[in-house]
Amino acid sequence: MLCLVLESLLVANRGEIARRIIATANQLGVRTIAVYSEADADLPFVREATEAVLIGPAAPAESYLKVDAVLAAAKATGAAAIHPGYGFLSENADFAQSVTEAGLIWVGPSPEAMRSMGDKIAARNRMQAAGVPVAPGTPDPVPDVAAALVAASEIGYPIMVKAAAGGGGIGMAAAYNDEELTSAFETARTRAERFFSSPSILLEKYVPSARHIEVQILGLADGTVVALGERDCSVQRRHQKVAEESPSPAVTPEIRAAILEAAVKAGQAVDYRNAGTVEMLFDTSTGDAWFLEMNTRLQVEHPVTEAVTGLDLVAEQLRIAAGEAPSFDPANPPSANGHAIELRVYAEDPKRFLPGPGAITEWVEPTGDGVRVDSGYESGNKVTPFYDPLLAKLIVHGDDRADAISKARSAVEGFTIVGPKNNLPFFAELLSNDEFVQGEYDTGLISRMRS
Amino acid sequence: MLFVSIRSCLCCGEGNPVAEVRAEMTANVWKVLVKAGDTVADGDTLVILESMKMEIPVIAEEDGTITEVKVAEGDTINEDDVIAVIG
Repeated sequence: MLCLVLESLLVANRGEIARRIIATANQLGVRTIAVYSEADADLPFVREATEAVLIGPAAPAESYLKVDAVLAAAKATGAAAIHPGYGFLSENADFAQSVTEAGLIWVGPSPEAMRSMGDKIAARNRMQAAGVPVAPGTPDPVPDVAAALVAASEIGYPIMVKAAAGGGGIGMAAAYNDEELTSAFETARTRAERFFSSPSILLEKYVPSARHIEVQILGLADGTVVALGERDCSVQRRHQKVAEESPSPAVTPEIRAAILEAAVKAGQAVDYRNAGTVEMLFDTSTGDAWFLEMNTRLQVEHPVTEAVTGLDLVAEQLRIAAGEAPSFDPANPPSANGHAIELRVYAEDPKRFLPGPGAITEWVEPTGDGVRVDSGYESGNKVTPFYDPLLAKLIVHGDDRADAISKARSAVEGFTIVGPKNNLPFFAELLSNDEFVQGEYDTGLISRMRS
Repeated sequence: MLFVSIRSCLCCGEGNPVAEVRAEMTANVWKVLVKAGDTVADGDTLVILESMKMEIPVIAEEDGTITEVKVAEGDTINEDDVIAVIG
């Protein structure tokens, strides 16, 4: 069935995620088409696809973000479907619509579901109406600093300032008083306009001792929404994730039941199809779990869920897109077996986390039982400043958390990258940090490690 | 906000201190905020670099006058390239 409906797949992305999607599609016998920029011609994902199409120069706006170029490549190669990966065009509802209007299958949710979740303010309001708990915050865009100060006095400090159209931590800042809020508001607004072409800003209660916990959902072809457990993504720098694990060491069976139910409700409220992630803020001091946002795409950290459930989420995505049933019984989705940790190996210095692109002269990946590496590069490649710093994801799966940590330590030791700066030394530090090892950490962990 | 700047002081024959502001990494030049002749103060942002989806402001670490700006918006620069000279 899959072969008939979804005979070929264009992957509108680059690096590790393009390679990972291509690997599953190749295994399923689907013809794969990579698109790439001039800067990425030598990367493994280009070679590993059945076909590859050069779509433009290095700058993302002239290649990976260029809708016409991607659609032209799909047409020229006769692609039946498009998988957007994460980032780039993955959450662009207009692009999704263009894909379906061109007669292709979009491996993702409907443009309507993407739109309703794309604006964080609208999403918050919609979730609240559907009975999903949200943090105290502003129900409308905050027009100026004066209005922000009034809203802050109602919500109470500390406050998180966010771009309504934002993502990736860009334009986000916490403020503890009026002065900080004034400055954070202006910065968020400038960045929101620059990166997301929308100045719309919202304020939300900020919880410093919170954990960032998210639920993987799948909206099946028949409309059923299932939750596949949670991921704890509280190890962050600059509001961006650095390490993730599943199950969360902070979540009790009761809390798990509550957040999985909230996530299913969130998916049902927008008639969600395909893979999505419901992000929640979990206040460890009160036990409150609040809806943060929903990512309407495959998440970077999806492999930790794959490791503990045994599923291939990209294969499930393709089945759903082709109108097929999932590989598991929806009434009894797989629960977590053992424990998985993912470490995001970034091209950045391990102390201050500043970008460090460069040419890779040596690249040796760790191997072993329960060790998986999703990498975008190999020896001889050049890491350029044009794209995000993710070099590879190191995923380990153990019998329990202690076993996973032990495997992660060996795997970090066994990973050699020479050339670009990288954060492997940071992971060695993290894996022997008391808070992390005890499992009692929150999103402030890295700041504390670096203070 | 994150500030990055590397400064090396060279002493000219006359004893005028000259500071060269250099790049700490391979990056694209997103914004150039100063030009030759501008007076700058310690902490002023001179240019904003962009690398791997991160904005990196390059700031002056002393008061002075810009004698030369060696980069233009859109340039790709490498580690240790001179960005500007403060006299």
